Amino acid sequence: MKKEFTITVYGENQIGLLNRIAIIFVRRKINIDTMNTSPSEIVGIHRFTILIDETEEVVRKVCRQIEKQVDVLKVYFNTEEDIVWQEMALYKVSTEQIAEKAKVERLLRQFGARVVAITKDFTIFETTGHREETDKLVKVLEPYGLTEFVRSARIAIMKSSRGFHEKLKEFEQRAPGEELIENEFLNQRQGVFSM
Amino acid sequence: MEKIDTIVNQKEANEKLASPQSAAQAKEVTEISGSKAVLEAFIAEGVDTIFGYPGGAIMPIYDALYDYHDQLKHILVRHEQGGIHAGQGYARSSGKVGVVFATSGPGATNLVTGLADAMIDSTPLVCITGQVFAHLLGTDAFQEVDVINITTPITKWNYQITDANEIPSVLAKAFHIAGSGRPGPVLIDITKNAQLQKFNYSGYKKCTFIRSYRPKPIVRKEYVERAAQLINEAKKPLVIFGQGIILGKAENEFKAFIEKGGLPAAWTILGLSALPTDHPQNVGMLGMHGNYGPNVLTNECDVLIAVGMRFDDRVTGRLDKYARQAKVIHLDIDPAEIDKNVKATVPLWGDCKETLPMLTELIEKKQHKEWLDKFNEFTQKEIDIVIKDELNPTTDELTMGEVIKVLNELTKGDAIIVTDVGQHQMVTCRYAKFNETKSNITSGGAGTMGFALPAAIGAKFGAPHRPVVAVIGDGGVQMTIQELGTIMQTGINVKILILNNQFLGMVRQWQQLFHDKRYSFVDIESPDYVMVAKGYRIEGQSISKRDQIKDALSTMLNHPGAYLLEVMVGKENNVFPMVPQGCSVAEIRLS
Repeated sequence: MKKEFTITVYGENQIGLLNRIAIIFVRRKINIDTMNTSPSEIVGIHRFTILIDETEEVVRKVCRQIEKQVDVLKVYFNTEEDIVWQEMALYKVSTEQIAEKAKVERLLRQFGARVVAITKDFTIFETTGHREETDKLVKVLEPYGLTEFVRSARIAIMKSSRGFHEKLKEFEQRAPGEELIENEFLNQRQGVFSM
Repeated sequence: MEKIDTIVNQKEANEKLASPQSAAQAKEVTEISGSKAVLEAFIAEGVDTIFGYPGGAIMPIYDALYDYHDQLKHILVRHEQGGIHAGQGYARSSGKVGVVFATSGPGATNLVTGLADAMIDSTPLVCITGQVFAHLLGTDAFQEVDVINITTPITKWNYQITDANEIPSVLAKAFHIAGSGRPGPVLIDITKNAQLQKFNYSGYKKCTFIRSYRPKPIVRKEYVERAAQLINEAKKPLVIFGQGIILGKAENEFKAFIEKGGLPAAWTILGLSALPTDHPQNVGMLGMHGNYGPNVLTNECDVLIAVGMRFDDRVTGRLDKYARQAKVIHLDIDPAEIDKNVKATVPLWGDCKETLPMLTELIEKKQHKEWLDKFNEFTQKEIDIVIKDELNPTTDELTMGEVIKVLNELTKGDAIIVTDVGQHQMVTCRYAKFNETKSNITSGGAGTMGFALPAAIGAKFGAPHRPVVAVIGDGGVQMTIQELGTIMQTGINVKILILNNQFLGMVRQWQQLFHDKRYSFVDIESPDYVMVAKGYRIEGQSISKRDQIKDALSTMLNHPGAYLLEVMVGKENNVFPMVPQGCSVAEIRLS
């Protein structure tokens, strides 16, 4: 059964890695719903957050293929309940319309929206939240002539993660000691293979 | 804090260990060109042979090569595809990393087929392509092609160098990545300015560690124990092995393992020659045109032990009817292979050079005589229905099998046999005898027609003291026939055996069996190969009679240099047994 999976990839900040990761999905004709790349908590290590709709089996195989790439350190995949996630959206509307007809104050309160720019021609709102939340404001603003809308990719933090600092030390050891023979894939066959 | 210190110290210690001279070298900084640094890297990595073709964007490297001709042998091929297949042949016969040069644009795109082939068959290669000047990147400059993006899915790693300072460390990384773990092709694209650029060179340091890259997964003892227990409890165990054994240089470990356990062992096409073909526990070839016993009994065994193989669809047939009754132990160095096609009961990843001896120690000494006899029963049936007629035909037409049978008698199984793709490949792999490892070189995963002729050239350079015979069909040979020029110029002693059935035989066989004999564009004409060879100053002859086979093959093998022998074989012979596509391995057909 297909469902939403959020994949988190830690990789070296190398030109071409984005493409190497993206084509793994393309080859299997999997549509990437959203993808975000950004620095991580460690300088020089980039973090990719990828959202796809697939079965767990496919996600697991794809993750192993990603982790196999030379410049990738570690891949995790999670369902909704394991993560805290956000998306940001921007909405542009005509200032004249919105000021005359809408109860702006209500909008701001009810949807947690912020105004990030106002000119005499247009006003830009911003919200951050889950998809349903950012979508709701689209519905509300449409009657007032929503001229532009854009939503960012999902970014997510794993609830159980203790960050990558400790993990990186394991990767930097040439000959891992006993305590490093940790392997989620083997132990539970749930997580993805590592080290 | 203490932990961090250890890491730092360990890193330093390892770096010192990795290259003892580097400290001394580091003091001597000299100014050299990027091109020279490329060649210095090769010498430090023990490269002796390069297969390549020059062109505008790689000219500075070729210019530097002029001064290195006594240390680095460069083989001028006739087409870059020939160059990369030769590199593959070299890597497969020598166990070393193959090195290939090509220029930018079309030179680089001509490498694509070979890269894909090397990627799927895990062949270690370092390919260097020239690229336009860095300031011209993205301007559609003459012979500019985006080779990095084109080759991303078919390389283990690739990288573009625009600054000569990067050359020593990137090449060190390239050789480390290509040759370690599950090997594969690496492509390094070097812009012309970086080749020309003079920089402060402080020596070459081999790469032994990349933090994001674990070539060898850690072996977990408890899984070795679980695997051993399954093997010990098995009544009908079957080992299926692939190229992983050859790549892991674990032939002896493998032999010890199956001999102690009394385990029957069947091979994939790339696993062939890892175990001598006449070993009593070698039960034959798996897959679509494999042997009867191992295919049928895959669906009867109780424990299936897969070693260094990846459950290709040509091996498994229909996956949902493949070995459902068996518990599966999968040994592989690549974690992504575990559970990819067949779910493993015990995933035992790691280098089989390490895991096999651990397993051997824990398994009980056994015979499994009855079970082995069962394979022999199937073999007998296959001999009666298929093999007898293939090797000792009663009709006038020659069969491919009888030619290979005589070849076996003459080479005694000591030759390296390079095959192309198609019917002759299946027949050769089914019937050829091998005593030594790294003797079977063929395009397995990709099925690249045109592979054999250039790969045989490379194989001979990689193993100059061994006889090399390229067995090729009349279709495949016409795809890369220009490499006869390379043979002519280098004088390399390669034997070319063309099995000519005047058809694209494998496609014709499928059209006969599955498309009502509608022979759509498989009727291929050949030139006079003997005359073509003569044009390249290569001797040869063509035969079509049974009583000529032995003499002709002897003449070919005993000839002091390269030789081309064309054997006209039956036009419409088929390769059997066959597992039709979409059928289970147990539904293998004998006719």
